[in-house]
Amino acid sequence: MPKLLLIIISAVLVNNFVLQRFLGICPFLGVSKRVSTALGMSGAVLFVMTMASVVTWLIYNYILVRFNLTYLQTISFILVIASLVQLVELALQKFSPALYKALGIFLPLITTNCAVLGVAVLNIQKEYSLIETTVFGVGAALGFGLAMILFSSLRERIELCDTPVPFRGTAIGLITAGLLSLAFMGFTGLVKL
Amino acid sequence: MLTAVIILAALGLAASFGLAMAARLFAVAVDPRVEEVEEALPGVNCGACGYPGCSELAKHIVSGEADITACPVGGETTAHAVAAIMGMEYAGGGTRMVALVNCNGDDQVAGKRFFYNGIYDCESAAMIFGGDKICVYGCLGLGTCAGVCPFDAIEMLPSGLARVIPEKCTGCTKCVAACPKGIIKMVPSGRSLHILCSSHAKGAAAKKACSVACIACQKCVKAAPEGTIYIDNFLAVVNYDREIPPEVAESCPMHTIVVRTVPEEDKQPDHLQVAAGGETG
Repeated sequence: MPKLLLIIISAVLVNNFVLQRFLGICPFLGVSKRVSTALGMSGAVLFVMTMASVVTWLIYNYILVRFNLTYLQTISFILVIASLVQLVELALQKFSPALYKALGIFLPLITTNCAVLGVAVLNIQKEYSLIETTVFGVGAALGFGLAMILFSSLRERIELCDTPVPFRGTAIGLITAGLLSLAFMGFTGLVKL
Repeated sequence: MLTAVIILAALGLAASFGLAMAARLFAVAVDPRVEEVEEALPGVNCGACGYPGCSELAKHIVSGEADITACPVGGETTAHAVAAIMGMEYAGGGTRMVALVNCNGDDQVAGKRFFYNGIYDCESAAMIFGGDKICVYGCLGLGTCAGVCPFDAIEMLPSGLARVIPEKCTGCTKCVAACPKGIIKMVPSGRSLHILCSSHAKGAAAKKACSVACIACQKCVKAAPEGTIYIDNFLAVVNYDREIPPEVAESCPMHTIVVRTVPEEDKQPDHLQVAAGGETG
């Protein structure tokens, strides 16, 4: 049990996927102009990351390992994640049109999100059990959501500031992201995992 | 090797089979008109209508939130096709609007203050003291507008000016938004007389900066029919509501006023020409 807690803290703060591992930077910069869209994206990522962690773990340990095909890891994981996202999209459209509409384009975007693939690969590298894998997937997604919400709130405020002309827009966004990442360096060494 | 191929193929097959089943299972009935309207739209996904793409616009047209004429790119043909699908009557067109670069100060006639050797992009150039031209209102000629045009309708003249080709322009207004100087305006395609200057500088200063600048001498205002050309802050501006006879261009001592050929399909019907001519007489 303490190990699961440590995994979550590590994934959310110490080894934050966006700010420490630099995975999933594309949506981090792309859909962080408003807090509401950032929340939508975080929700979609939470869903897909958890599902993808579990399914890829099962495929790796029960299919790839058994047939000695672990070198097919990357390609099979991409295949699985892509179809999983499609499945989620179809199901959502049927059962919760409201959520489907709210997530909109973010859901298909996650198909090519390297953070999702990153979680799947890290699960295997760290030789987690199924439960640990699930927890790590949730933690990583929570960390992604935390970074998204922090960054989008910052950007909403920056938009109201009198920024010098050459820094406006993406430039100040990237500087902010760098400072945020620097701040998260303060968590280094909090958890040894 | 063989097992790898088989396993991967099996995984792919299983995934596709699962997806096919899911598609059948979770099928949502969609209005068939959405697809038909999407077919009828140009499909360039330029976003000129304000929606993220043609399929989004199709959805909004079918749900009634967008007008059947909402696509500015497709023009009348698209509006007719969409109206037929939606079972509506298309009332017939307004005038087609095309973009116009309101500057004629190319490198031969407009002076430069310094040599710009930065990123080849108007936006960047405009950040440095408003660009390298003496005239801070003029076209920087680095082709940012030509770059954003999805229809190749803007050509960059070798003399350092952007020029819109009216035959190709669909009126999507992307260049209007992209120009850091804000000198691209939308004008009715049927009009031939334009004042190609955006300089609000006073006469002497404007003349010093560019030899085809508008110096607000008011000669065209007097030569043109009442209300068709007016002076706004040291710049003569054309009111495109009415036709202006091309002879007015000769009244301009700076040759700022030009008469351009109107694309064949945008020529006004004869009776309108007569009416416009009658007013001037």
